[in-house]
This record gives sequence, structure tokens and C-alpha cells, in this order.
Amino acid sequence: MPAQRLAKLSLDYLLLAWIALVFVFPVVFMVMSSFKSDLQLLRDSASLRAFLPVGDLSFDNYAKAFQRAPIGLFILNSVFITAVTVCVSLLLASLAAFSFVFLQWVGRSVLMAAVLATFIVPFETIAVPLLLIVNNLPWIGLDGFKTSWLNSYQVQIVPFIADALTIFLFVQYFKDLPKELVEAARIDGATWFQVYRRVVMPLSGPVLATAAILKFLMMYNNQLLWPIMVVQEESYRPVMLGLQYFFQLNTAWGEIMAYLTIITVPVLAFYLVLQKAFIASIASTGIKG
Amino acid sequence: MGQVLLKSVRKSFGSAEVIPDLSLAIPDGSFTVLVGPSGCGKSTILRMIAGLEDVSSGTIKINDRDVTYREPSQRGIAMVFQSYALYPHMTVAENIGFGMILAKRPKAEINKRVGEAAAILRLEHLLDRKPKQLSGGQRQRVAIGRAITRDPQVFLFDEPLSNLDASLRGQMRVELAELHSKIGATMIYVTHDQVEAMTMADQIVVLNNGRIEQQGMPMELYIAPKTRFVAGFIGAPSMNFFEGSIASQHDCDALGVRPEHIGLRDDDGDLTGRIRHAEQLGSDTIIYVHHDDYGQITVRAEGNRVLDIGSTVHLTLPAEHLHRFRNGFRIQD
Repeated sequence: MPAQRLAKLSLDYLLLAWIALVFVFPVVFMVMSSFKSDLQLLRDSASLRAFLPVGDLSFDNYAKAFQRAPIGLFILNSVFITAVTVCVSLLLASLAAFSFVFLQWVGRSVLMAAVLATFIVPFETIAVPLLLIVNNLPWIGLDGFKTSWLNSYQVQIVPFIADALTIFLFVQYFKDLPKELVEAARIDGATWFQVYRRVVMPLSGPVLATAAILKFLMMYNNQLLWPIMVVQEESYRPVMLGLQYFFQLNTAWGEIMAYLTIITVPVLAFYLVLQKAFIASIASTGIKG
Repeated sequence: MGQVLLKSVRKSFGSAEVIPDLSLAIPDGSFTVLVGPSGCGKSTILRMIAGLEDVSSGTIKINDRDVTYREPSQRGIAMVFQSYALYPHMTVAENIGFGMILAKRPKAEINKRVGEAAAILRLEHLLDRKPKQLSGGQRQRVAIGRAITRDPQVFLFDEPLSNLDASLRGQMRVELAELHSKIGATMIYVTHDQVEAMTMADQIVVLNNGRIEQQGMPMELYIAPKTRFVAGFIGAPSMNFFEGSIASQHDCDALGVRPEHIGLRDDDGDLTGRIRHAEQLGSDTIIYVHHDDYGQITVRAEGNRVLDIGSTVHLTLPAEHLHRFRNGFRIQD
């Protein structure tokens, strides 16, 4: 290998390693700090020791974190809310995108534009009207009839099922599928739903992985403002609300880091499972899914 | 069984009228080729027959049954696409039997019919493979197998050979012709390749700007093209056209002569020109001659001719092979 090319390659790797470190450092800091006492944590934070497993390390913070908040319940709540939202969202968004791309109906381009326009509406602007709506929505569940959705799982799920980004991802992906496959299936006698289920969806692995990861992150990480507004009962709280438990009376940074480390595990696990498909789809087509 | 009738069919995409007004009868059991340049509307006609494109007005009948507004699957047709359109996630057997799987036919019947189609197309050893593990020719045969299992009254082919290399294209042409004589169903075949049209069809429909220029047997179109467009489109290399004084002498505004009918002389002829280029094909030699008044003249000479580029040649135009046109239409002798 010529020296010039070797030098360029080394430079590229150095740059990439530096960028990777910038992203990894906060995570390393979080994990390392979770094993340190508050005193040591604050002392180390001024130096590189903050990123190293040095000093008096223990699992005390984890034990205390579990005492301070019902972490298992919060994780269960978050995983349940996120999983249901992701599954239903993938189903509905893919059906909507299928309709936009493959079916001919009056007004579809107008409606598609309207759906995409909701991209630019921040959630904060609709939070209060949405609160008024869900506050007065009736619900029949296992525990009987209720006149409001407050303090429930559905109030944290239903408003987030449909979103423009997920529909957009599916629309872009479906547009790139060969139209002849759909036409061949129609000639073979497939109904539109059979085309969706037996031809289009089996070919949509990459976009399903991408949309699932993005939706998972969106749901799992952003459960803060809305749950504060609609959930007062502890039994329905997601992990992000659980952070409040650690800022009461005295702020225990070590316990906070332990708590954050614990609640990061489901995200990492989910990402690692779908990582291959996610990277493949991003690498091959950029935004298209 | 599989007669196809199109009556006053029109098709517009927005304000663009692609098929102005088309009526066409395709006889039962025929191998009809729709041929024409890109954008002439041939694929649109095929897609309207298939039900993949709605007609703007008019009626389409298959076997005396009005199918104008029927679903594609209810028309008694099967279609083979240019891109093959094989389902990538299914095996060859599943691809071929997909229509029957959807129709919830008994497994034994599906296996039997898939086996029969595979035997006709020599695909038995490939039934468990996925499309990506097949060559272009094999994929094309799977697409045809899928069409066969539908047991259609009419087969529709949309430029099915254009993705294959030249030798495979020749082989598939023979196989399709054999398939037609074996199963005897009506076949409608779209292509822009007039060689495919001439070699496979028992009826050719030449289209231009959404209108039928001429419809007839291949040799009919070759020997007596009704319009200058058909004369120029059918035959390779294309017919030579002479305008000006030589056309006036024959009482027309364009005089056509096919390259294979022009004679080459060393001494005397109707026209004299200079050889610009010669292509030796082995069996024939294509010679491009430049004439000061008429520009390039293409001549097809039998055998392998060795000619000097730049040398002068004399060309003869035999009276029995002249095609006379006025205002784009043939003047009947």
C-alpha cells in the first residue's frame, strides 16, 4: 500500500474513531458513574477518571435506585406502551402508505400532503387540545366503563399510533417497489389486502426495521411531557417520569446514573436485534427506509 | 375461445390522449404482435386488455364477454412482464402456483399443475430455488410458467425478451412459438423489435401515435405496406426512401426500396454513389452508400463482399420492388 494512501486511511480512521468516541463518552460516563459514590463521582467529573472504572466501585447505587422507585414497574409500563404503539403504528402506517401508493382514489394526493404537513406541527402545540379531548373520552376496558382516558395505558398509546414520519418512510419504500409485482399479484387473483399481506409486506423488512427502531426511540425516550399531563397514578407511569423520584429532597447523582443505565438496556437490546436491517436500509437508501 | 375485441377504445392520461380511438379484433388462437416505436401506445393497449389500466371510453370483449370494467383476475388472461415480476421471497414453485394458492385450490392439484408447467418449460430441477438464484432465461420461463398455470384464454406478453441477451432472445423466440403451437391459446405480444414481430406473429398490428397503421400477416406488411410509416418500420435494415425527381418520375412523392432489393453494379445503374461504410455479417453485407442528392442509401448484398471504402458504385432499383407513396399512403399499382 503506498504511503500516501496509508496516511489518508489512517487519518480517516482517526477521524471516525474520534466521532465514535464523542458519541460513546456520555454513555461511558453514565455507566462508570453508576458504580461510584456521589462524592467520588463529583470529584472524578473534572478529569478523565470520570470515564474510567477507577476508585471504589460498587453496586450500591443500583440497590438504592431499586429502593427509591418501582423501576421494574416503570420499565414494564414503558416497554408495554412502546411495544403496543410500535406494533399498531407499523400496521396502520404501512396500510395507509399502501393505500397512498397503490390504490387509486379521489383526494389521495391532497390527503398525503396534509399528512406530511403534520411533520411541522410540534407536539407541544397540540398537547393542551389533546388533553381536553382525552379527558372527555369514554372507554370500556377490563375494569369497566370510564368517562376519561386519564391515568391509563391507552392515553399514552393511541395519540401516538399514527405519525407522518412512519407513513412517509413506508410511502417512500413502497414507491420503489416494482409496480409489476403488485400488478402480477392482481392478475393472479390477489385482493388488495392479499397484495399487501403476501407480496408487499414480505418485501418490506428493511423499512419495518427502520420504522420500528425510530418509533421505539421516539416513544421510549420522549415519554415525559405527555405522561406528566395525563398520568397521576404511579401504576401507569413510564420510565422517564420515574426520573422525578431521584430529584426529590436530595439529588443522588450516582443513583440517577444507575437508573439511567438500567432504563437504557431495553433500547440497546432492541437496537442490537434490528441493527443489521436498520444499517442496511439506511446505508442503501438513506432516508427512504 | 379467446377472441379479443376492442371497440372504440380511448385512453387519456390527464389532457394527453394516448389512444384516440382504437378498434381491433384479435382472432382466437392467433399469435398477434403489437409493434411500434416507443410511446406509440402498444403497452397501454395491452394493459387495458389486462385490466391494469382503465379505459377512458369504449369496450373490451374477451370471448364475447364484456370485460371492460372487470378485475384483471376475472378476465381469463395471464400476463408476462418485461421485468418478469417474479415474487422475490417465493420459490419457483410458489411463484408458479401463487394464483392457485390464492384461490385455495387443493395442494395435490397445485402440485400437479405446477409440475405440468415446470415440465413444459424444463424447470423441474429449479422448483425450490428463489428467483435471484436463476438466470435471465430461467426467470423468463418461470414467468411464463406462472401464466400457464392460470390456464388463460389469452396470454399477454409485454416485451418479455427485451432484458435477455441476443442469443437467449433467439432461443426464447423459438420456445414461445413452440409453446403457442402446443397450447393453442390466443397470445398478444408487445414489442418494439420488428424482428420479433416478423418471426413470431401470425398477425402483426403496427401502431403509431395510438392509431393502427396496418394490421395483417407479416409478409403482407413486408410486401405491401399501406403507409410509409409501416414501410419504414417493418424490415431491417429499414426501407430506403427517395423523394424529388426520381419520385416524380414514378408519379409519387416518395419512392421506397428495401435494401435487399437494390442491385449493385460496377458499370451502370439507376443511381451512382460512393461507399461510405460496409458491415460484413457473414451471410450478408450491409453497404452504406452516399448519394449527392438522396443522402445515405442502404444496400443489403448477399454473401461476404469485400469493398473499397470511397469507391464508386452503381445501384439499380428493380421496378417490381418499388413502393410508391403519396401523402404517406401507398399508391396501389
